[in-house]
Amino acid sequence: MIDWFISAAHAAAAEGGGHHGAGGFDPMHQFAINRYVHLKLFGYDASFTNSSLWMVMGTGLVLAFLIYSMREGRLVPTRMQSVSELTYEFVANMVRQNAGNGGMPYFPVIFTIFVYVLAMNLLGMIPLPGLGNFTVTSHIIITFALAAFIFIGVTLIGFYKHGFKFLKLFVPSGVPLILLPLIVVIEIISYFTRPLSLSVRLFANMMAGHTMLAVFGSFVVGLGILGGWLPFAFMVVLMGLEILIAFLQAYVFAVLTCIYLSDALHPGH
Amino acid sequence: MDPAAAKLIGAGLACSALIGAGIGIGLIFGNFLQGALRNPSAAPAQFPNLLLGFALAEATGLFGLVIALILLFVKL
Repeated sequence: MIDWFISAAHAAAAEGGGHHGAGGFDPMHQFAINRYVHLKLFGYDASFTNSSLWMVMGTGLVLAFLIYSMREGRLVPTRMQSVSELTYEFVANMVRQNAGNGGMPYFPVIFTIFVYVLAMNLLGMIPLPGLGNFTVTSHIIITFALAAFIFIGVTLIGFYKHGFKFLKLFVPSGVPLILLPLIVVIEIISYFTRPLSLSVRLFANMMAGHTMLAVFGSFVVGLGILGGWLPFAFMVVLMGLEILIAFLQAYVFAVLTCIYLSDALHPGH
Repeated sequence: MDPAAAKLIGAGLACSALIGAGIGIGLIFGNFLQGALRNPSAAPAQFPNLLLGFALAEATGLFGLVIALILLFVKL
């Protein structure tokens, strides 16, 4: 998939150069993966890429912030500490509401997923001097890996907690017997498409958003200093929208994880 | 028909999934406002559900957009 993106970006760059003449504009270029350190492990390409760099930066920032803000652990929180506590409370309420108190043992993993996706989405909004702009979550391989991990984990939890009674999840109660074969097939299909829809939702939102930003950014450059103010004003609004989407998608990702977890914990409903 | 032209037309048609997403998002916010104006005290509690519904409706349109992007950029 990463190779697919590299080749896609190259193809788009080649086409864009032909269509637009000098300084050809290419909204897909921002998704290209660049290898910084070449590395091969057991025949696999494990190079340190810009994607890895952004992940390390995001994780490092989150860790540094959480550790720094909670270093004193006061009863009356400082400003930084209250931000950490707000995040904690937000995710804890989300888990309690969607998965019940039985979901609280799995709070750390959901908190990690939420903060990770949020950090990656928000870090993608900031262009860094010398490095450019990159959004880790705009690559389906990253989001699909997350979603597949959640899917397998939740299924294992379901079987571990309930054994074969977990399969009751596919047989909703109160359905007429004639409809049952059809409903079971639909339930099973919808269960197995969960990792796909979960990953594509996040990936498509981030990718579409950043492509749109690049296209509107090119309008500002194309119209120059006289006419570029109108699309520039629009860009400011779009940036706000994208930051909202970054929060929203992280929230939706975490909420759906909670809902899947709730299905695994209480399959009878 | 030239396969490249068919690809471009197909990509354009795939984007029509966004029609449904637009209708869905409009319905969600419209109905939320209607409900919120009838019973403003119950509105804040439903705000997370509003955002969830918005994201789910928007995603269906974006699935179509992904098909368009695959048609444009993946070498079949």
